[in-house]
Amino acid sequence: MKSDAATARADFAAALKDAAIAALIALGVTLPLVGFRTDQGPDYKLILTTRFDLVAVMVALVFAARLALTLWTGHRPHAAGSSAVLERLKPAGSALFRLAGPALLGLALVLPFLPVTGRYELDLGILILTYIMLGWGLNIVVGLAGLLDLGYVAFYAVGAYSFAIISTQVIPATLPALGPWAFWICLPIAGLLAAFWGIVLGFPVLRLRGDYLAIVTLAFGEIIRIVLLNWQDFSGGPNGIASIPRPTFFGLPFTPGKDGFAATFGLHFDPTHRIVFLYYVILMLALITAFVSTRLRRLPIGRAWEALREDEIACRSLGINTTNTKLTAFALGAMFGGFAGSFFATRQGFISPESFNFMESAMILAIVVLGGAGSLLGVVISAIAMVGGVEMLRNLEFLKSVFGPNFDPTQYRMLIFGLVMVLIMIWRPRGLIATRRPSIALKEKKTISSDLIQEGHG
Amino acid sequence: MTDTLTSAPLAAPALREPLLAVRGVETFYGKIQALKGVDLDVNEGEIVTLIGANGAGKSTLMMTIFGQPRARAGAIRFGGLDITKLATHDIAALRIAQSPEGRRIFPRMTVFENLQMGAAVDGYVHFDDDLERMFALFPRLKERLHQRGGTLSGGEQQMLAIARALMSRPRLLLLDEPSLGLAPLIVKQIFEVIDELNRSEGLTVFLVEQNAYHALRLAHRGYVMVNGTITMAGTGRELLERPEVKAAYLEGGRK
Repeated sequence: MKSDAATARADFAAALKDAAIAALIALGVTLPLVGFRTDQGPDYKLILTTRFDLVAVMVALVFAARLALTLWTGHRPHAAGSSAVLERLKPAGSALFRLAGPALLGLALVLPFLPVTGRYELDLGILILTYIMLGWGLNIVVGLAGLLDLGYVAFYAVGAYSFAIISTQVIPATLPALGPWAFWICLPIAGLLAAFWGIVLGFPVLRLRGDYLAIVTLAFGEIIRIVLLNWQDFSGGPNGIASIPRPTFFGLPFTPGKDGFAATFGLHFDPTHRIVFLYYVILMLALITAFVSTRLRRLPIGRAWEALREDEIACRSLGINTTNTKLTAFALGAMFGGFAGSFFATRQGFISPESFNFMESAMILAIVVLGGAGSLLGVVISAIAMVGGVEMLRNLEFLKSVFGPNFDPTQYRMLIFGLVMVLIMIWRPRGLIATRRPSIALKEKKTISSDLIQEGHG
Repeated sequence: MTDTLTSAPLAAPALREPLLAVRGVETFYGKIQALKGVDLDVNEGEIVTLIGANGAGKSTLMMTIFGQPRARAGAIRFGGLDITKLATHDIAALRIAQSPEGRRIFPRMTVFENLQMGAAVDGYVHFDDDLERMFALFPRLKERLHQRGGTLSGGEQQMLAIARALMSRPRLLLLDEPSLGLAPLIVKQIFEVIDELNRSEGLTVFLVEQNAYHALRLAHRGYVMVNGTITMAGTGRELLERPEVKAAYLEGGRK
């Protein structure tokens, strides 16, 4: 035990030394480049200003990051073999991951009732859940079936516009009595329409893979957006569609009136009731998506998706109809995108083509890839990090004291976003949660150790 | 072109149609002709081997039977049915199974899941029984059942590829170079399993091999392919004795 502690101490000392060297190099680079700054003075003379405080911050950052990196990855500068630090982290890490799913679900269920949760937190929760649902939907296409889809936002748009057009035009014109139920009727229709468009996209791209598939799906996403932008009569063009009906509590509107949700249940009217309800709707939709995709993974169709991702030719030789397999993946992924789109439309009350640009597709794809394609928990973690992280950047006011009052952290959003992407792809090229779980596994007791087989106890 | 050695017709029960009949098949890769009119029969219950040098078109014939690439001329009949123009998955549904060149197992899926994929054609009806059969044939797979396919050794991957093909309860098993890159002992094991399956269950096997000595000793009949055409045909023993075969494929006439 003593020697363990000793090696750990030696490791730490080595890591400190390594970090100090890195900091020294950083000092050498930043001092001339950042530390001194010249500005043109009033009489065309250069004025030298020093910014040693900034240099100090950067060097400290390098030191801390290098130290963290060395300790985390166990790449000790002067010794080989496995690191004591890493060994200690390992079991804790796996336990953490095992508990993460149920813990996050529990948190999601009680979030609206936590004392710290206000309107802002609820809205953020809804936003994150929307992206989690989109991520899980796209995960079927990208993570399971291995079809790189850069135009997923198209299905989100189809869902949103289907919902908006049916609820604002079709239902009032044909069956106005259905008004309060609009959300619950339009939701499945929007999902089915999105699935239909998933198949429409699927057919021409059946023979494509990888880069070529990505380009065509990217184009498809843009086509949908541009059609919506230019087909004024149908979609309202750039003006979008406004006054989309709000969801009702199974027919009871969230209004202060006598027929409202609050009056019926004898509660005081509170505008957050609607937000809480929306929160649970998207939570439910997201859980349905997760449930369906985990279920399907265990069925032949899900296994066929995964096999298709691995080897298409082998799949065909085993009698798998790859056409149908791909189309079902596209259709199901699109359907969940459509559901999320309906939800988006009813939450916002207003939609326009601007909400469905390529950035959205990129964001959803980034969530899936960073999370580890195929992993549901990975999608959750990366959605929280990406959506919540961007929101957090708004709150980093203290950075102004470091970088000056003109520093606007949100402007660096994309830079940080890109940096995080690059770093994750370097350290975890297969995403945060890269290990694929077998769709079926025997319990611990039943696994057969190789020793037993050789002795004939099989 | 075909130089038939035996005076009697090759197909022993001449009245019955062979299980697999390849007639005048020509296959192209773009403008390059890989198969120049191949004729070949596999009868029910036989092990038939196709030997030849690199690039002779052996694997192309194997893949053409499966419809990828498709034959540009000629016909392929299986069990009396013309399968030349069928989709690959429909051909597989007729219970032709394949252990393809390079094994093509699913590397990120477990051994168990790989075997499940094999049973897709059979509709998973006999899955549990067949799994036990595979464990009996290849005990190594039982040990590795929940390991990812990609982590298996080459020999184990080959066993998995064959077992996966057998899970579909095939009427015809196509094996493309099962000995490729494997230690002689493993090759011997695999060939013993094929022989055993043929004897006990009457499994029909079409074996493409470069390892001519082992393949011809195992097979009832063999064909030799050179540059996309069949140049010789005969029983395994006859071909082993042919000086041309000895010179070209048996490293100075090893017996």
